[in-house]
Amino acid sequence: MSQPTTPAAAAPRAPRGRSPAALVIRQLLRRPLAVVMLGVVVAMLAIAVTAPLIVPYDPMKMAILQRLKPPTGLHPFGTDEFGRDVLSRVILGARLSLLVGGLVVVVATVLGTLLGLVGGWFRRLDGVVMRFTDALMAFPDILLAIAFMAALGPSLFNVVLALGIVYTPRVARVVRAATLVVREMPYVEAARALGAGSPRIVFGHILPNLMSPVIVQATFIFAYAILTEAALSFIGVGVPPTTPTWGNMIAGAQQYFRQADWLMLFPGLAIVVTVLALQIVGDGLRDALDPRLQKVTR
Amino acid sequence: MLVYALRRLVGMMVVMTVVAAVVFVIARVIPGDPAAVMLGTAATAEDIAALRVRLGLDQPLIAQFVIYLKQIVTLDLGDSIFLGRPVLQAMAERTELTASLTVMAVGIAVAIGLPIGIVSAAMRGRAVDRVAVTAAMLAASVPSFWIGLMLIKYLAVDFGFFPVSGYGPPEATYLERVRHLVLPAIALGIPNSALILRFTRTSMLDVLGDDYVRTARAKGLPPLTVVLKHALRNAMIPILTVIGLTTAVMIAGAIVTETVFGLPGIGNLIVSAVLRRDYPVIQGALLVVSGIYVLINLAVDLLYAVVDPRVRY
Repeated sequence: MSQPTTPAAAAPRAPRGRSPAALVIRQLLRRPLAVVMLGVVVAMLAIAVTAPLIVPYDPMKMAILQRLKPPTGLHPFGTDEFGRDVLSRVILGARLSLLVGGLVVVVATVLGTLLGLVGGWFRRLDGVVMRFTDALMAFPDILLAIAFMAALGPSLFNVVLALGIVYTPRVARVVRAATLVVREMPYVEAARALGAGSPRIVFGHILPNLMSPVIVQATFIFAYAILTEAALSFIGVGVPPTTPTWGNMIAGAQQYFRQADWLMLFPGLAIVVTVLALQIVGDGLRDALDPRLQKVTR
Repeated sequence: MLVYALRRLVGMMVVMTVVAAVVFVIARVIPGDPAAVMLGTAATAEDIAALRVRLGLDQPLIAQFVIYLKQIVTLDLGDSIFLGRPVLQAMAERTELTASLTVMAVGIAVAIGLPIGIVSAAMRGRAVDRVAVTAAMLAASVPSFWIGLMLIKYLAVDFGFFPVSGYGPPEATYLERVRHLVLPAIALGIPNSALILRFTRTSMLDVLGDDYVRTARAKGLPPLTVVLKHALRNAMIPILTVIGLTTAVMIAGAIVTETVFGLPGIGNLIVSAVLRRDYPVIQGALLVVSGIYVLINLAVDLLYAVVDPRVRY
């Protein structure tokens, strides 16, 4: 606030003329690493979306004479045991792995937000919702995912469903906590006084005000989902092995990696880069959205 | 304190009952009739019907759940279909490996995370700090099974420093077997050191800003004494919590690591049970591992009160 202020106007308030989004972007721009990583995430998403157009070779085309060739100018990431181009497969893998991660985020965010809103708004149901999330959180992530996969059977859709359920409590807890705060705000009271019903208050007034913690959680869940999907596929209970997600590529590379380490190197690096970028963006967003945290985490 | 402990214990029972319910539901969602799966393709309809009665599968779901709870309380987790032995026995045989692996991995994670976290906090904002924080992010982004494969390739296969896989022959000494666990423990420890590092750093930063630390500095104590004696002791409580949590997470992480290194531990038992659809083992292992997970979390909470006299319930 650059203008001279009278004591009455000195109370903290958002500077005029800037939308909350603009403020967040400004905060985020102060963190160059987060901005660079945001660029990486966007680039990865672009690769995933345009995968069929940009692959240098057909990722499924076998060429037995070209099998297990180390990286060269023609095949920058080398070729696999069937002579398929590893770069093309990593690009296709980006599409599949990010699709799984993205869908998990959608499932977990929708389910978690609904559960959290129910728990936070309808106080009578709060106990039930919280015990349910407690029970799900009493399992380690990977173990619960394995159990669901055992029940559902391996398929890409089932991985999304299983991981979506596994990460639901994280969103539900954050949403519930935020709802408990927001529901006491004067504008909610005002809406109620004007005769608005529960659905209208919850979706029209409360939900928009707790988007920032949800977005931060979603970013982290995206990262965890990619890691956990890879682990599930690696141990053979995730996406069926013929689908080249990054995890499956590493699993397939296991047999040959002693003579052909590029087979596991590049899909692994793809996972590391994507997950790292998402986590740094998530951190940056959290700091940008919550000024109180800046001192501690920076 | 005693009242608090008892209350938490009762709370844990409730959570475990719900956990048992979740496990029960997951097992019932599994497509196919467990009796038919157990007996294989050669079984007649009468055989299957007889086994269904013996397993209580002909009873209503609620009755089945009550039977299931009774079995849990009497520590009867059923028999493995594939191994033909009690689930609990199969798990007990593999506990040594998984427990040793977890303890070693926790040791490695603490050995990396704690000192770097302390240095990072003491040098806040400097290059060392920035590098450490970024390295922690990186470590948390690497799949542990991928680190495992890299270690196998470069340290075991190429240089022969460590055994490639397995747990040694049955007659091997414990020390020899531990040598087989070094690479797996590193693979499991590195990603998990990140959380410990970040927590140590945050917790130290909180404490380093306190008045008594300023006083200690003002009276001319050497910086090392201030950081290690005055600050670290008080910063330890949240750090202990996160070490406890990481331990619990690593027990589950061992599932994947054991697969990479071909180690016959509990994780290996779970994975092969899933692949062979050995439902009693899946159910039992889920229950036991999540039980341990819940117990560790409880122990950490109780430890809080013991370590910090300021915490009163």
